[in-house]
Amino acid sequence: MAVQLDARPPVAPAPRTARPSRRHRLSRFDTKYSPYLYVAPFFLLFGVFGLYPLIYTFWVSLHDWDLLGTNPAFIGFDNYTALMGDPDFWHAVVNTLGIFVISTVPQLLLALWLANLLNRQLRARTTWRMAVLIPNVTSTAAVAIVFAVLFGREFGMINWLLDHVGIDAINWKANRFASWVAISTMVDWRWTGYNALIFLAAMQAIPRDLYESASIDGANRSRQFWSITVPLLKPTIVFAVIISTIGGLQLFTEPRLFNSGTNAIRGGPLRESQTVTMYMFENAFAPNYNFGYGSAVAWLLFALIAVVAAVNVLLLRRLGGGAGKEDT
Amino acid sequence: MATFSRRRLAAVALVAATALLSTTACGGGDDDDAGAGGPVTLTVDTFGQFGYEELYKEYMASHPDVKIVERGTGSNLDEYSPKLTQWLAAGKGAGDIVAIEEGLLVEYKANPQNFVNLLDHGAADLKGNFLDWKWNQGLTADGKQLIGLGTDVGGMAMCYRKDLFAKAGLPTERDQVSKLWPTWQDYIKVGEQFKAKNTGASFLDAATNTFNTILLQTAGNTSGYSYYDTNDNLVVDSNPAVKQAYDTTMDIIDSGLSGKYGSWSEEWVSAFKQSKFATIACPAWLTGVIEGNAGPAGKGKWDVADVPGDGGNWGGSFLAVPKQSKHQAEAIELVKFLTSAKGQIGAFKAKGALPSSPQALQDPAIVDSQNAYFSGAPVGKIFAAGAKDLKPVYMGPKNQAVRTEVENAVRTVELGQRSPEQGWTDAVTNAKKAAAK
Repeated sequence: MAVQLDARPPVAPAPRTARPSRRHRLSRFDTKYSPYLYVAPFFLLFGVFGLYPLIYTFWVSLHDWDLLGTNPAFIGFDNYTALMGDPDFWHAVVNTLGIFVISTVPQLLLALWLANLLNRQLRARTTWRMAVLIPNVTSTAAVAIVFAVLFGREFGMINWLLDHVGIDAINWKANRFASWVAISTMVDWRWTGYNALIFLAAMQAIPRDLYESASIDGANRSRQFWSITVPLLKPTIVFAVIISTIGGLQLFTEPRLFNSGTNAIRGGPLRESQTVTMYMFENAFAPNYNFGYGSAVAWLLFALIAVVAAVNVLLLRRLGGGAGKEDT
Repeated sequence: MATFSRRRLAAVALVAATALLSTTACGGGDDDDAGAGGPVTLTVDTFGQFGYEELYKEYMASHPDVKIVERGTGSNLDEYSPKLTQWLAAGKGAGDIVAIEEGLLVEYKANPQNFVNLLDHGAADLKGNFLDWKWNQGLTADGKQLIGLGTDVGGMAMCYRKDLFAKAGLPTERDQVSKLWPTWQDYIKVGEQFKAKNTGASFLDAATNTFNTILLQTAGNTSGYSYYDTNDNLVVDSNPAVKQAYDTTMDIIDSGLSGKYGSWSEEWVSAFKQSKFATIACPAWLTGVIEGNAGPAGKGKWDVADVPGDGGNWGGSFLAVPKQSKHQAEAIELVKFLTSAKGQIGAFKAKGALPSSPQALQDPAIVDSQNAYFSGAPVGKIFAAGAKDLKPVYMGPKNQAVRTEVENAVRTVELGQRSPEQGWTDAVTNAKKAAAK
């Protein structure tokens, strides 16, 4: 049902002297305040599970706070200053950004291509469309464990295959770039289908007659794709990029489970695949139990995501050229 | 009409929100058995293999009001310890009894307010049931609070694969094998012979485990401390025991003896199954882990010999009762039962955990015991022989974090990412950084 807030006819205000009936007052109250009640559940939940932890984390980050200790000491921004000069933190930032770039770019391109394929006349179309979502339904932990085994140094199938084509075994877990690639593969395996379905939904909203007139004008399929589909998909692409940014920069389960054994939270002996969330965990929990420092990492991660998301949107606007203005 | 349905919707939304909030608020509560006099469920949090299943059954049979649930068996310590710390910090979630490994105990002892003082519950009478140093480890620095009662100690041996030794033309009888390596340098020489025979397996699993064994042994035999001295000063770069253990480990790596299977990783577990290494430094509690990892196919292929060098202790745990437990009295009773000589013997029989009770160590059940999985090796005799003379190693406040850094440095050298010299520099600088956090 539509809540028509301003649907009241602009009648002249009722004379003040006339006491409005009880029913009338209730109705006034209703139209005025009930919209706030409708949205209140979200804000209540957000307040309890979003805003409060956010502020509390910030409060913790201003303290020298041993996780188990009592009476943490207030130290102002010391944790942040230390973090700025902490090479391990910046190392984790570079890892996170690296994994983000080499997972997200191919993932979105692949999703776009998949969506385009699924948008054609296919036999058993629904089956195909559902099939691309299956990796997303699988539990992350299961995916990560299977991939960690596939990318094993000595017993892994990938190295076994590489061996057959004469490439030396790669130590996927102790080589920085190789570990990024392995983790990106995991992320893409899980999320490409999901993004493809989102793109597909948007593609189906594009009027058919645009394509018809384009083909009358002699545009081939790829021309139609780049000149009609992609520009009209831009708002959806922006959405997908922002969601991928948030997910990509908070990457934890995949790299954590990719590294098994002692100190897996380091992401390899030289922190090859340690993401920022893993670094946060390492500091806030085992083995350092420095809750304050870990909280400072969390806040800087928050800032980082905001910056990267903004950069992404700006870049997309720029790349899209004039097309970007159409959807405003 | 429209007004009415709108209002109703608002009411529904409010009710829904309140309901959601209240369910989440109560989500953590587990008061189903809080009723007085009713049956009590005790949750026991452990890691690795404690071997308590039969003991629980026995206890439940004699205490019909108590139900015992164990969580975490088979999980590794790295996963367990952050969880336990979070439960303690949150004041909710921990079991009624929690197992604490000795390396982590120092961390928890610094904040004893999280645990029940067992001295207030008659534990003082039990002092004689434990090796002196094991008892003392459970006490806070001022000696006024007892955090936990000891379960096992980590007497050392060397576990080896008889079939791989035979393949390499080495002796397979445990007495002869023990004679092969009185020192770690001898162990390396045997390793080189083994390697020359190209059996398709490495001589040992990973340099980190071996490093830790050598360090605890060297430290136990000399200063009695490793990364921290007894005044809690970080001495990673000045304690000769640390450097000596590091250098010996570098010799092992130089000779190419390590299979480089990062300890406790999935590859490590696979390497057990696929018979990819011939020896592993083996504290008593590891025998249960080997059996679990190598599986039934490994039965009778493993055996236990003396460890190179002289004895040593690695690991061993304690049972503690967190203050947050709602059934402290019942939990303390169960802790006393599990850590009694009888309980320790039961755990040894099930999973090889070597008792920390002098009475249990002398018990025929231990002394005469043989382990069928390890080719009938007299594990009781091998491990218990050294146990009474075990030299414990003191551990300082950030022991776990510092140890992590040093072991990682060893690992980078093992993987060829760092030279031994660079590795040592990393170990020292990173250890200092970790200790300062």
